[in-house]
Amino acid sequence: MIKISSKNVDVFYGKKQALFNINLDIEENQVTALIGPSGCGKSTFLRCLNRMNDVIDICRVKGQIIINDFDINDKSCDVVRLREKIGMVFQKPNPFPKTIYENISYGPTIHGMAQSKNEMDEIVETSLKKAALWEEVQDRLHEPGTGLSGGQQQRLCIARAISVKPEVILMDEPCSALDPIATAQIEELIDELKKDHTIIIVTHSMAQAARVSQNTGFFHLGELIEHGSTDKIFKNPENKKTQDYITGRFG
Amino acid sequence: MNKNKEQLLNKRYKAEKRFRLYGQSAIFMALLFLIIFIFKIFSTGYSAFQKTWLIVPVTFDAELMMLEQNPSKEDLKDADYYDIALKSMADLDPNANENQENELKRMVSYFFEREIKRELLNDPSLIGKTKDVYLTASDDLDQVFKGNYPRDLPEDQRRVTDYQLKIFDQLVELGKVESKFNLSFFTYPDSREAELAGIASSFMGSIFSILVCLMIAFPVAVLAAIYLEEFAPKNRFTDFIEVNINNLAAVPSIVFGLLGLGILLAVFQLPRSTPLVGGITLSLMTLPTIIIACRASLKAVPPSIREAALAMGASKMQTTMHHTVPLSMPGTLSGTIIGLAQALGETAPLILIGMVAFVNTIPGSPLDPAASLPVQIYIWAESAERGFVEKVSACIMVLLGFLIIMNLFAQIIRHKFEKKWS
Repeated sequence: MIKISSKNVDVFYGKKQALFNINLDIEENQVTALIGPSGCGKSTFLRCLNRMNDVIDICRVKGQIIINDFDINDKSCDVVRLREKIGMVFQKPNPFPKTIYENISYGPTIHGMAQSKNEMDEIVETSLKKAALWEEVQDRLHEPGTGLSGGQQQRLCIARAISVKPEVILMDEPCSALDPIATAQIEELIDELKKDHTIIIVTHSMAQAARVSQNTGFFHLGELIEHGSTDKIFKNPENKKTQDYITGRFG
Repeated sequence: MNKNKEQLLNKRYKAEKRFRLYGQSAIFMALLFLIIFIFKIFSTGYSAFQKTWLIVPVTFDAELMMLEQNPSKEDLKDADYYDIALKSMADLDPNANENQENELKRMVSYFFEREIKRELLNDPSLIGKTKDVYLTASDDLDQVFKGNYPRDLPEDQRRVTDYQLKIFDQLVELGKVESKFNLSFFTYPDSREAELAGIASSFMGSIFSILVCLMIAFPVAVLAAIYLEEFAPKNRFTDFIEVNINNLAAVPSIVFGLLGLGILLAVFQLPRSTPLVGGITLSLMTLPTIIIACRASLKAVPPSIREAALAMGASKMQTTMHHTVPLSMPGTLSGTIIGLAQALGETAPLILIGMVAFVNTIPGSPLDPAASLPVQIYIWAESAERGFVEKVSACIMVLLGFLIIMNLFAQIIRHKFEKKWS
């Protein structure tokens, strides 16, 4: 079942066009990986999906991105509601400089999801459990989140993202700042999370894309060159450029 | 070739050594000036914290005070103390003629009557008895006792007469002259008489001015900075505003004084010489300092924090108020304190709005006339009496102490509360 479908999406930074006519459908409850060399526009595309590009003054987005039969680029779309439904995890772990508990409870608080302290405690606990962090931090929920290790911080950010029960989670190279052990933990987590969430992950590592994703899209110079099931892209790509990139001839 | 290289190496070492020497001598010079300056102020000013008292026997003669039998508290307050005060001074030398009696009276401050009255009000049973009372010595004798007075000048070039000196020396010999901590320097308002002059009115004036300044400048500056940094579009117009805020910070303070004079006093008819007007004028000066500090600390909040909050579905306003502004507060607050410290030391604008007037009452609100500490320094430095020389230095010491405490506070806030980014 298709969760997100983008139609003819163009993105401009000032006069420079960064994305050209992107048409991509994203399957529900699966992991979709976006791969491609640096500067190919995969992160830009990811940021279109929760309208984080709004923050950049000179950035303009054209085309339609349909989520739940609704065009998020339409004027009537409220970005606060949109981002409640579509969470995001960034390249560098960016916990708030507050306690672990406050990091998780922030989203549910501003969206009014908990009526009582007990309910909030429950949300914090389940979010941390889902992010496989509960065991490690349950005794120090009220210590600063910035005191955790890099991998723990990133899982804290994932816990924060899932605290508001988003339908979609966007991940922008979530493991690029982490060591191999932390990366393995996050990848395991992603596999677990796809039961409840649709996940789109931007990654530099083709091995990671092959490991975690069911679908892959290959971007090059602002164009979506090829997309399809991960198996097919990696074993039997249609396009010459895809094949060259997969086999490491450029990138 | 090899020799050439060695020469180059030697040259480099020498240049490095020379450069270190230049730097060290620059720091040495700066420290030297600072030490000379502080030493000078302390050595001139420390004696102002001591005050000389004459211990004079006073007879509380009911008849001279025009008191009835069994006087009430009210009667004591209304009684006439001038005659017994005069008499007790005249009694210091039983053989004194009328002129000399006058000179004797001038050996103490004109507060002597009040000091005697206070003594009786504290203990009404003294009526009809004689008691030693502490009377404030005149500023010249105070200086004589502290050894700051040129006694060897010919008599017609001194304000203290030979006769006064003779009596004073007798009193010193009898142990009737005492030096005590000068509490009145902190509790009395300004006075034309150096021995009675204190910093209470200018100190309170400074406090009220700074409070008014803080209450106006802080909210306005923080709101302006948040709007400019977080919400305003980046275009020509906002660039123009930014340049002008920086210009505002460079405007000489006297210009703000003229503004206060021309607008606050002339147009809005606010009360002259008051900390209210002073504070508003100072707030104009402090505004750009706080705006610049606040914007700098907002800029220092990493964009990743804003993105994290936005991606959680926080609105722009929530992101700013929940995350960016709290994180920028340590920098903003220490900038504010530094701005206030600047305002505290400001003299010129306050002189223009009339806070230089002679104020011998302690202000109870920002609407009462007052001076301020730096203006007090200016007023006393202009006064001719020898007694004011040490007061100027003492007032400088108080002002510097205040500034050091404020700057220390700013440092502590910055170091203690600033979040470290991982």
